[in-house]
Amino acid sequence: MTSGEDIITDPAGVAGSTARLEAAAVRAGGLLARIALVGNPNSGKSSLFNQLTGLNQKVGNFPGVTVDRKTGISQLTPQLRAEIIDLPGTYSLYPKSLDEKVITSLFYDRASPQYPDFVVVTVDASNLRRNLLLFTQLADLGLPAILALNMLDTAGQHGVQIDVDALQAELGVPVVPLNARKGVGIAALKILMSQTLGAPTMRFYEPEEELLPMVRQIRYYFNLHNDYLALHYAHQYRHLAFLSADDRAYIEELTTQYDFQPTARQAQETIDRYTRVNEILLNCVTVTRTEQNEPYSNRLDKVLTHRVWGYAIFFGILFLMFQAVFAWASYPMELIDQGVAWINSLIQTNFDGPLISLLTEGVLAGLGGVLIFIPQIALLFAFIAVLEETGYMARVTFMMDRIMRRFGLNGKSIVPLISGVACAVPAIMSARTIENRKDRLITIFVTPLMSCSARIPVYTVLIGLVVPDETVLGIFNLRGFALMGLYLLGFFAAIFSAWAMKLLMRSSERSYFIMEFPVYRWPRWKNVGITIVEKVKTFVFQAGKVILAISIILWVLATYGPPGRLEQVEAQSRATAAAQRLTPAETEAHVASERLENSYAGVFGHVLEPVIRPLGFDWKIGISLITSFAAREVFVGTMSTIYSVGQDANELTVQQKLAAEKDIYGQPFFTPARSFSLLVFYVFAMQCMSTLAATYRETKGWKWPMLQLVYMTGLAYVASWLVYSLMS
Amino acid sequence: MPNRSVLAPATPARRSVKDLKLGESATICCLEDPEMALKLLEMGCIPGTQVRLNSRAPLGCPITLVVGEQGDYTLSLRVSEAATILLK
Repeated sequence: MTSGEDIITDPAGVAGSTARLEAAAVRAGGLLARIALVGNPNSGKSSLFNQLTGLNQKVGNFPGVTVDRKTGISQLTPQLRAEIIDLPGTYSLYPKSLDEKVITSLFYDRASPQYPDFVVVTVDASNLRRNLLLFTQLADLGLPAILALNMLDTAGQHGVQIDVDALQAELGVPVVPLNARKGVGIAALKILMSQTLGAPTMRFYEPEEELLPMVRQIRYYFNLHNDYLALHYAHQYRHLAFLSADDRAYIEELTTQYDFQPTARQAQETIDRYTRVNEILLNCVTVTRTEQNEPYSNRLDKVLTHRVWGYAIFFGILFLMFQAVFAWASYPMELIDQGVAWINSLIQTNFDGPLISLLTEGVLAGLGGVLIFIPQIALLFAFIAVLEETGYMARVTFMMDRIMRRFGLNGKSIVPLISGVACAVPAIMSARTIENRKDRLITIFVTPLMSCSARIPVYTVLIGLVVPDETVLGIFNLRGFALMGLYLLGFFAAIFSAWAMKLLMRSSERSYFIMEFPVYRWPRWKNVGITIVEKVKTFVFQAGKVILAISIILWVLATYGPPGRLEQVEAQSRATAAAQRLTPAETEAHVASERLENSYAGVFGHVLEPVIRPLGFDWKIGISLITSFAAREVFVGTMSTIYSVGQDANELTVQQKLAAEKDIYGQPFFTPARSFSLLVFYVFAMQCMSTLAATYRETKGWKWPMLQLVYMTGLAYVASWLVYSLMS
Repeated sequence: MPNRSVLAPATPARRSVKDLKLGESATICCLEDPEMALKLLEMGCIPGTQVRLNSRAPLGCPITLVVGEQGDYTLSLRVSEAATILLK
């Protein structure tokens, strides 16, 4: 970067950015540029991202924060590939939520390896004025940019004709007309993206005269390339993680000295920008007033947000989701279950030895436990993705806000709560869209009470044990009803807890709700598909790792015990068996059971047993509760490992193993009282360290995760105790 | 307590978006609450813009508002937020 006065007139150093692009190309050896995708919510940004990258996507974290950092590789030309970063949708560069703050961390630090070579700004052509606000801010920061003019067809239908060449001339950056949903214009965009871009030549706003003394001091202190960037430092120094404490103190001092009023200045800047944008639009947009039919969205909304039909349809959709996850998913699940059991028995009949035992009882059992939930997760996320894609989720928020607010939540809380049905970890992260801190904390706190997909296996197995597989009202499965009951139990616990917290917590901050109400659209199936693949991948590779590891650890715990103890127990039990004249098979089963009870796993379970006996649980369930803390679905794997160890029953499904379990009186161990007590325990208990970790990161401290752990587990204990006491 | 801006006139009878009837259009005059104002501005509720009350949620709140003469886009907001948008 050069220095001196000429920088003021040099809009962001064309030379600098060209050099960066070349450096970027050299850096990867494989010609890799870094491009950020920015735009308003609902401007078609995600569709464009999917069009550019397809399945070459990766979800990570922005350094230091927990906002999803979606990146993908796009093959621009046969020689040139680019890394595309998909940024959260935003209306301006002045962030209102944690999500939007990520953007500030990316565009303000040129020295950062994350700094993009250029940005692609997606704008909705039918809302050009509002969409261009963000573009003008980015251009004034001096970022080389391409304007992706999306939804031109919609604009045309609204009677808005846009002269693309004139717009390009007015904005001073390349403008590419697109239809991101259909993939029209992507090729042209890729060609443009593969070329070296200069910084924008136009200025849309200059800081007011009276601000310049402060702005210039910041600019020279940090050696920044333009005034507008320096102004942003003054507005946002508190959020800029790359500034040192001294730097921040310096800016703070300046803002006090010059009596800088950020909110008023930002409002004035926004109005000035709109004035400028209006001038631009006068020259390139013609509006032919078309006869405005009532938009189909409005007609649909008359039914879908109706005071009766709206809620009826919403609960109908929720019910359909549960039927899908429970009934439809069962067919592929059965296939996976049988497939794993078949491979297991195949290996066991042909080979023998401790390593084979590790492979079948540890690794394969764990792997089966991971794979079997893919159908449910895929179906659930298919539903959630379609609800988001069509715009229906916004209607749900709209209908629920008044109700949710009464319980200390926010209409936006319904999204984390519903997502919590899939997994609390992404759900807690999605609570970031709630600007109000109190609302967000309450939402985060209660979201894990919603029954997540990891609880499904536990529910499935135990409901299958005690609820008959009957059809009621012709098409509905009784087990489906039981499952819905458990979900509602979790939901009401969440709502009640939120209400209690609303009374306990105090806050001076206001709660915002305002959001854009998207028009209804057909879901883009490609986007739905990509969401499903991404979620399944996340589950298999993240939860799956934990499950597999726990399965293996568990196999070790169940196979080995304190030194010398197992040998002693085995000798004893063989002697007992001989004295009772048991058959060889009975002897083996007896020995195996004795061995397990004296293994490390058994020892842990026994330690826990006195605590959980009032709930109807024994030491075997105790072991499962311990391992569930890593991930709830491990319960099933644990139970299957515990019961399969030392038995010739690997082919049996977990459910049959549990059904075959007898208590000391020879009666089935899993009575309705015991099963429902266990079910209720799993509805309420905080048994997921990933969720605790997510809460820790989102709330930046251990206070909230610890409160969650204590509160939820306490609630689970009391509720289980009540259920077991009342039912037995 | 939300800040009462100097923009707010002395007469308490000033109409806001909250007072619109269903389907009624009006032009934004000014925004009352500074913090809310910034958010509203960024979302396109600029003084001089025409807005129309499009619908109310089943329980009366939130409401949806069509912004722009062309029916450009729809916002949904709470009644308390709508009350900060004063009309001409």
